Amino acid sequence: MSGYPRFKPVADRAVLVEFGERIDAAVNARVIAFDRALAARPFAGFAEATPAYVNLLVEFDPAVTDHATATAALAGLLDGLDAAATEGRLREVEVCYDDDLAPDMAAVCSATGLSRDAVIAAHLAGDYRVHMYGFAPGYAYLAGLPAALQLPRKAQPVRDIRAGAVMIAGPQCLVSTLTMPTGWWMIGRSATRILDPGAERPFLFDVGDRVAFRRVDRARYDAGLAREGREA
Amino acid sequence: MSRAVLRVFRAGPHVTFQDAGRPGMKRFGVTRSGAMDRDAFDAAQAALGVRPGATAIEISLGGLVIDCLEGEVGFALTGGGFRARLAGEMLGDWLVAGLGAGQRLEILPGFWGSWAILALAGEIAVPQWLGSSSTHGPTGLGGGRLLAGQEIVVEEAATMAPRHGPIPRPAGARPRAEMRVVTGPQERFFDAATMGLLTEAPFTLSPAYDRMGVRLDGPPLRPVAALDMPSEPICRGAIQVNGEGVATVLLADHQTTGGYPKIATVIGPDIDRLAQMRARDRLVFRAVSPEEAAAAARTRAATRARWLGALARR
Repeated sequence: MSGYPRFKPVADRAVLVEFGERIDAAVNARVIAFDRALAARPFAGFAEATPAYVNLLVEFDPAVTDHATATAALAGLLDGLDAAATEGRLREVEVCYDDDLAPDMAAVCSATGLSRDAVIAAHLAGDYRVHMYGFAPGYAYLAGLPAALQLPRKAQPVRDIRAGAVMIAGPQCLVSTLTMPTGWWMIGRSATRILDPGAERPFLFDVGDRVAFRRVDRARYDAGLAREGREA
Repeated sequence: MSRAVLRVFRAGPHVTFQDAGRPGMKRFGVTRSGAMDRDAFDAAQAALGVRPGATAIEISLGGLVIDCLEGEVGFALTGGGFRARLAGEMLGDWLVAGLGAGQRLEILPGFWGSWAILALAGEIAVPQWLGSSSTHGPTGLGGGRLLAGQEIVVEEAATMAPRHGPIPRPAGARPRAEMRVVTGPQERFFDAATMGLLTEAPFTLSPAYDRMGVRLDGPPLRPVAALDMPSEPICRGAIQVNGEGVATVLLADHQTTGGYPKIATVIGPDIDRLAQMRARDRLVFRAVSPEEAAAAARTRAATRARWLGALARR
């Protein structure tokens, strides 16, 4: 894509660094590489960077710097930026697909024409990567859901879904971290903590990490919940 | 130094504990939160002579009534023109006073302003979440909402008696009708006529107003391009426009990302002034360049440091 990256001044205190306009794994890899380069070499007055699918918002303290100075520092990070070298860490997430934990499994089977075992196999086979966080604390959008499972989201969201739902929509998968509404399809539950507010590192994933789902049986799922002190 | 215990007799909706917020977590989907009016928050701590960033109570137009059950504690009231009534006596706005056992403190909305800050001289014992007591609006995590019957324990409570009296309210605390914006970052979704409307037409705040943002009434700002943008990061003060052309200014508890275009962003020095406006208040947006916006922010930071310093030395 030509013309990228673009540096767009925002208000009095930020620059939006754009690497494209459409969701695309290569574009997101550039965003993540740039985010890491910035973390390694922050400029004077840098406050916070928020990476998303195709761009990243870089906020600064306007008492210390300005858009032109920040943009020059950011442009300097592009030299030698290697999107291929930013493979994140591999994080494992356990998932149990028992019927009572997978309220939308039947609907997903019927919409995709796949058997339950085939849906599970396809879900486990996905090569997932954390593209961004959004919507709610700890909601990490995992790209890489196999094409056979890609469905539009539900017409109406369902309220009060408890943390730990493993759900899919479009090309993405997500493990919920808080009780929230969702319009995504719930195909299992996980006892792996994505958000642990008391931990030194409260969020399991960094943007750019790879994620593998591992199937567990009910006993291990229940033990995981008990270990975390969470309700079933 | 001792302990004071207060009990909430009545609290309006959106009355919450707030501190300096949770910076640095937007990348994990956690918005900063913190006081809607950060000048008022900092002024209250400075005038009371307590730790900057300590937990305070943010009060909405619903007001707050609390009773002191034991001990005594100094307090500062700042923000909009809210009035304090202490043990039945009307004290006014922007002041430092003391609350003692058996006394009732009522905080009532006045003629202007949407939010007040009640700071207490001590450490309020409240739950922390991700390193902050600020209430995270969408989930209620952190210090949380104040509810009738709830007890509030203040450790290391002091009366700060030498500081009692009115707090000089800074010029500019009361919002003006003009709010400065920098256009974008997604102005590509709007045609020139709509961009013109943004700064030529008056808007009014609608009653759809909470800590996440305030919806505006005004001419529709209809996007001309299909709304197919990927979810993008959001800056506090962003003016987000939905498919029908309805604009919402995003405030302290805004979502971290969103898929609606942002036609413009209110500049830092003006956001919290906008937050002090009320439903049906009229405003106009004036476009400034990013350079002008940054210069205004620098001037503002210097002025702010001076008046906070003066308040602290009172």
